[in-house]
Amino acid sequence: MLKLEPRAHPSVWMSWLSPVLAVLLTMACGLLLFMAVGKDPLASLAVFFLEPIKDLRGWSEVGVKLAPLLLISVGLAMCFRANVFNIGAEGQLVLGAITAGAVVLYFDDETAQGGFWLISLALIAGAAGGMLWAGITAFLRDRYNANEILVSLMLVYVAELLLSYLVHGALMDPDGFGFPQSRLFSDGFLLPTVLPGTRLHLGIILALAASLIGWLYLSRSFSGFKLQVGGMAPLAARYAGFSARRSLWVTMLVSGGLAGLAGACEIMGPIGQLTPSVSPGYGFAAIIVAFVGRLHPVGVIFSSFIMALLYIGGELSQSRLGMPSAITGIFQGILLFSLLACDVLIHNRLRWRR
Amino acid sequence: MTPRLALKRITKQYPAVVANDQVDLVVQPGEIHAVLGENGAGKSTLMKIIYGVIKPDQGDIYWNGTETNIAHPAAARDLGIGMVFQHFSLFDTLTVAENIALGLPPDTRLDELERRIADTAQQYGLELQPQRHVHTLSVGECQRVEIMRALLGKPQLLILDEPTSVLTPQAVGKLFETLRQLAAEGCSILYISHKLDEIRALCHTCTVMRGGKVTGVCDPRQETDSSLSRLMIGAEPPAITHHEQDAGQRVLSVRKLSLEKAHPFATRLSDIDFDVHAGEIVGLAGVSGNGQQELLAVLSGEDTRAAPHAIMLDDAAIGRRSAAWRRARGVAFVPEERLGRGAVPELTLAQNILLSHQSGRTVRRGFIRYKAIQRLATDIIRRFNVRAAGPDAAAASLSGGNLQKYIIGREVLRQPRLLLVAQPTWGVDVGAAAQIRAELMGLRDAGCAVLVISEELDELFDIADRLIVMAKGRVSPSIRRSEANMDLIGQWMSGLWPGQTGVSNATAERMHVEA
Repeated sequence: MLKLEPRAHPSVWMSWLSPVLAVLLTMACGLLLFMAVGKDPLASLAVFFLEPIKDLRGWSEVGVKLAPLLLISVGLAMCFRANVFNIGAEGQLVLGAITAGAVVLYFDDETAQGGFWLISLALIAGAAGGMLWAGITAFLRDRYNANEILVSLMLVYVAELLLSYLVHGALMDPDGFGFPQSRLFSDGFLLPTVLPGTRLHLGIILALAASLIGWLYLSRSFSGFKLQVGGMAPLAARYAGFSARRSLWVTMLVSGGLAGLAGACEIMGPIGQLTPSVSPGYGFAAIIVAFVGRLHPVGVIFSSFIMALLYIGGELSQSRLGMPSAITGIFQGILLFSLLACDVLIHNRLRWRR
Repeated sequence: MTPRLALKRITKQYPAVVANDQVDLVVQPGEIHAVLGENGAGKSTLMKIIYGVIKPDQGDIYWNGTETNIAHPAAARDLGIGMVFQHFSLFDTLTVAENIALGLPPDTRLDELERRIADTAQQYGLELQPQRHVHTLSVGECQRVEIMRALLGKPQLLILDEPTSVLTPQAVGKLFETLRQLAAEGCSILYISHKLDEIRALCHTCTVMRGGKVTGVCDPRQETDSSLSRLMIGAEPPAITHHEQDAGQRVLSVRKLSLEKAHPFATRLSDIDFDVHAGEIVGLAGVSGNGQQELLAVLSGEDTRAAPHAIMLDDAAIGRRSAAWRRARGVAFVPEERLGRGAVPELTLAQNILLSHQSGRTVRRGFIRYKAIQRLATDIIRRFNVRAAGPDAAAASLSGGNLQKYIIGREVLRQPRLLLVAQPTWGVDVGAAAQIRAELMGLRDAGCAVLVISEELDELFDIADRLIVMAKGRVSPSIRRSEANMDLIGQWMSGLWPGQTGVSNATAERMHVEA
């Protein structure tokens, strides 16, 4: 019988290297996968990991995907460190898209020019929408001790149906031949691009700023310290007089707000209108990103990058290799699985016992 | 005579520590054999090896003269080895008989079992009603259920792991009678303890362990406390000098404090009255599980459900104030659990400072002052002789005693006006325990009001000025240490104190304070 025995002194080095190992293992599994379906494994892997970053345009596209992933995962890293399991970032993102979209559509007529203030207003509305959605979960948890994992997850589907209802009705483009989508936003309401000639927008700056502020907050501020004590040792937090309710509300609202902001950036950036589907699962992928990034606000920059690669590589392998669209999800799953396996083996030793 | 049990060169190694190093142990039939040692000396590991819970890495076990391999607890029971663990494994919602039946073959008839229980109970003076539900039993009675369970297996060797930590002095006396009778009938008894007086009163032979090794085998009846403790810790415990001192003004007063249970297995607090004055140590005695945990949580502010005026700090009603609020006004608290409550295991010693030091010295404009907490941690480590790699060592890397010294040091350094301490020396080696007691005395001399909650009566008699006793969620009137004795406190621990029969608790307390 195989048995896991805890190691007395798990290597600190290895626990930092574990995400790297996980990425390598994911590549190895990718090789096997491509071989199994009869593709040239190395060439296919290159499509996934090299093709997306072979030129500036490629890098900028990676940045477009990285922005929402990073925004969301910074918030989730905070949540998970405080032991608040917000699984519903996807729903908070959708709500952010709805509220930001509604604001844009309200002000966007022939006379309005958009501009800094209206864009800011729409972004704030997006963050507020995400906070509202996360606030429902926080309230139910706080007041009725409802499990935040279930509540936040179920609210994802509510949010998606709400979006679908709105783009089929109140927010539908009247001249859109009945297609379920809103009007295209005017240029004045779109986020400015960072690199001329690419789609890389302001969202990436916001995301990097969030990561930096998140890092300062968790490592330097007393408030961030309190959150983490609550996550590591709830009894010690109670002993110290740190409020668990406060932790719950702060982390849920911040992560919801960041997810909502990501939703706003998506529709005011690469999408440019409200459609029934505003996210290819960024909210869920960001959970993996947060853990691969070791729940560290700077660590998640690197894991967001890997995840963004997987998204683009998945799209490329559909067109270049004729692989099904599920390929992105498969790679994401293998990545999370490898990370968890590495962590288990770093903290435990495998022993063969009769 | 063939020994009942003989262990030869038993060694058990864990990744970080050698728990048993070439341990020899010989138990004769009908012998009450003590295994004495401090926490962490390897006693429990050795017992688990005998009971088949753990396999030794090396060494042989002889049972009645033949070499034996005890693979699992069921094999141990088949041989005739019974064990009473420190922590009970009983189902609260089942009756005594049903709980015992769980360990027996499925075709056991309950009525027949109840008769056997009643017979055995009578034979050994173990008062026990088979039809009662376990949740209605006291801790001492629960222990009797466990002993009964072991006795029904007709053991030739009975192992008891620290059995008296949950008993009143009177109940200890009863247990000893039962054990002596068992031994007289030929059953061998292995008695695990760190209490010297008990071992000297009860046992025929004593094997002393220190750091996983056997440091001596002796007849405890021929030894003194100091000679035994030299074997156990390699030194004599330093004596504490207690000098009388007049108490100052009242700092904490608890009046008519009642509180419903927070969960089904908690204890309800009812009508609690007592005071703690500046410059005195009040000792709260009691068998564990009688509401001490709940009372502490209410006093520290971890539980804020009490009526505001039930707890007064000076002139402020603090029943509903948070732990942080109370701390800011000079309350300090050392909880029973060090890792996970008094300190966060994963964080460094320096970071753990922030659990109780949250003033401008350590936190400025919402940001942590790392240099300041680093300095504080270094100070504590030096002043209190904490054996640690430095302020950046993780709390989990310290031994229990060193972490306790660190936590006490952290609270002492805040110069509190009121210190609440639970089990200050529980699981701490004798040297560190003496140091901790001296720190508490020093704090008292400096005018701090100290409330010590402890299951060790000796400790309370050592350091407290006044004693109060907790039983079934109530608190007795206070009594001066000089007027108290073990027997009296033992009676009070079962809930029988004068206030119960007419005199109200508050009057009795006033009488004692003024006396």
